[in-house]
Amino acid sequence: MRIGIVCPYSWDVPGGVQFHIRDLAEYFIRLGHEVSVLAPADDDTPLPPYVVSAGRAVPVPYNGSVARLNFGFLSAARVRRWLHDGEFDVIHIHEPASPSLGLLACWAAQGPIVATFHTSNPRSRAMVAAYSILQAALEKISARIAVSEYARRTLVEHLGGDAVVIPNGVDVDFFVRAEPNPEWQGDTIGFIGRIDEPRKGLPVLMKALPKILAERPQTRLLVAGRGDEEEAVESLPAELRPRVEFLGMVSDEDKARLLRSVDLYVAPNTGGESFGIILVEAMSAGAPVLASDLDAFAQVLDRGAAGELFANEDADALATAAVRLLGDPARLAELRERGSAHVRRFDWSTVGADILSVYETVTSGTAAVAAAYDERATGLRARLGLARD
Amino acid sequence: MSRWSRSALYLSWTAGRLDRLHARIDASRAGLDAQLLRRASVAQELATSGVLDPAASIVLYEAAHAARQAEEEQREVAESELSQALRAVFAEPQQVEAVREAPGGEQATRELTEAVRRVPMARRFHNDSVRAARALRRHRKVRWFRLAGHAPFPLAFEMDDEPPAALADRPA
Repeated sequence: MRIGIVCPYSWDVPGGVQFHIRDLAEYFIRLGHEVSVLAPADDDTPLPPYVVSAGRAVPVPYNGSVARLNFGFLSAARVRRWLHDGEFDVIHIHEPASPSLGLLACWAAQGPIVATFHTSNPRSRAMVAAYSILQAALEKISARIAVSEYARRTLVEHLGGDAVVIPNGVDVDFFVRAEPNPEWQGDTIGFIGRIDEPRKGLPVLMKALPKILAERPQTRLLVAGRGDEEEAVESLPAELRPRVEFLGMVSDEDKARLLRSVDLYVAPNTGGESFGIILVEAMSAGAPVLASDLDAFAQVLDRGAAGELFANEDADALATAAVRLLGDPARLAELRERGSAHVRRFDWSTVGADILSVYETVTSGTAAVAAAYDERATGLRARLGLARD
Repeated sequence: MSRWSRSALYLSWTAGRLDRLHARIDASRAGLDAQLLRRASVAQELATSGVLDPAASIVLYEAAHAARQAEEEQREVAESELSQALRAVFAEPQQVEAVREAPGGEQATRELTEAVRRVPMARRFHNDSVRAARALRRHRKVRWFRLAGHAPFPLAFEMDDEPPAALADRPA
């Protein structure tokens, strides 16, 4: 099958959607499919052979912050050329509801289009004109995928229509194979995420830490992620600060080893999560998970069956649960076992096969993808648009 | 003429000057508001016309919408963001060309070109009148005798009003 995937965000910036697309593309390539990924990228960024640059994303004020987006005449011309050269059986667009490359591709293409909605919180303001602009492009999508039940619900509420839920994929065995690091073992709690992004929840964990250490003074907190380390421990009494170890940014390998090593993985995120890939990774590595009860997290943890939940932003509840779990090896072992079994459904072998089924459903009996005739343009300009870069 | 009556004459003359300057500020501010509103309206019209691609349309629509709806203290930021959105959307001459070629596009392009050039003009005239009034109001006799009454201290309108290059270069 010839598969075209459109990545909405710059390839050179690491992010969940980019990783998802990279893993998905590589999974399909391993199965023998032909895959081309169209992604925004600076012209001098080295790209894997299957990625085609759509040009640089332009910073524009959007939705209260500065977003890096691709739009306009030249980007549209590049999208059309990619569609034209690729002769895809299906194209898979990510995040088509944001004004970005995905939406542009949706507009410029015709034929079988699959779209994945990652974000769970699009805009809350209902804007009548923006909605109609969006609908005209979104109507062309033959099959919609939401990464979680939560993402699906917001999609239904904000845009109407429905979607199948296919979770983000993880290479479970990569985490299973990772070697624990003895330095990170022995009464350790793990946290992975941006230190200076409050929604990742480190402040909640810092608030809970004195209570945890009062009961279990030997416990260490291992923090992996970017941000100001001194600022992160500011709220902590000075004598407790040595119990927190900052590992900085870690490689994928070290992330897996960290998750294999810790006694408990804590995800205190306070919001803004539509899926929770880190929980899936933690479960893959066999780490018992204690997470805030965000909708998306509750779903990934099978409503608390595969990992424990605490009331969001409640540092006391977090501390109580952590102390109880760390003092109960039998419960920890049970969580490890349940998590490892539950997480198989997020493995690429399952997720990839599901996505492929969606492709097959929408392509059976239809023509391949083509660049849509641009009804705004004369034939000459459409040809010029194709010819131009 | 006694010293006192000379002073009184000076004060009354200054008060008149101040009045005229305040009236000039009111007029220039109304002119600026009109140009900003016109610019936002044309931008919004283009965004909903279907002439632009949907991504550009949404960026432009949101910026224009925010500029029109902004509270007074957010206005400078919102209008600056509309300038940035316009520059991003009309960064390429081909985009302007594409709009021109659409039915009614010639007129829309002309209106937008006029709007993005008149905003900086109107703003400069406004800030100029503000500067003049502020200079006079800072004068100590004006302050001592409270000639400005309760009129608010006039404020300049600061924003990024750089027009898109593709629109600035061509004759309106």
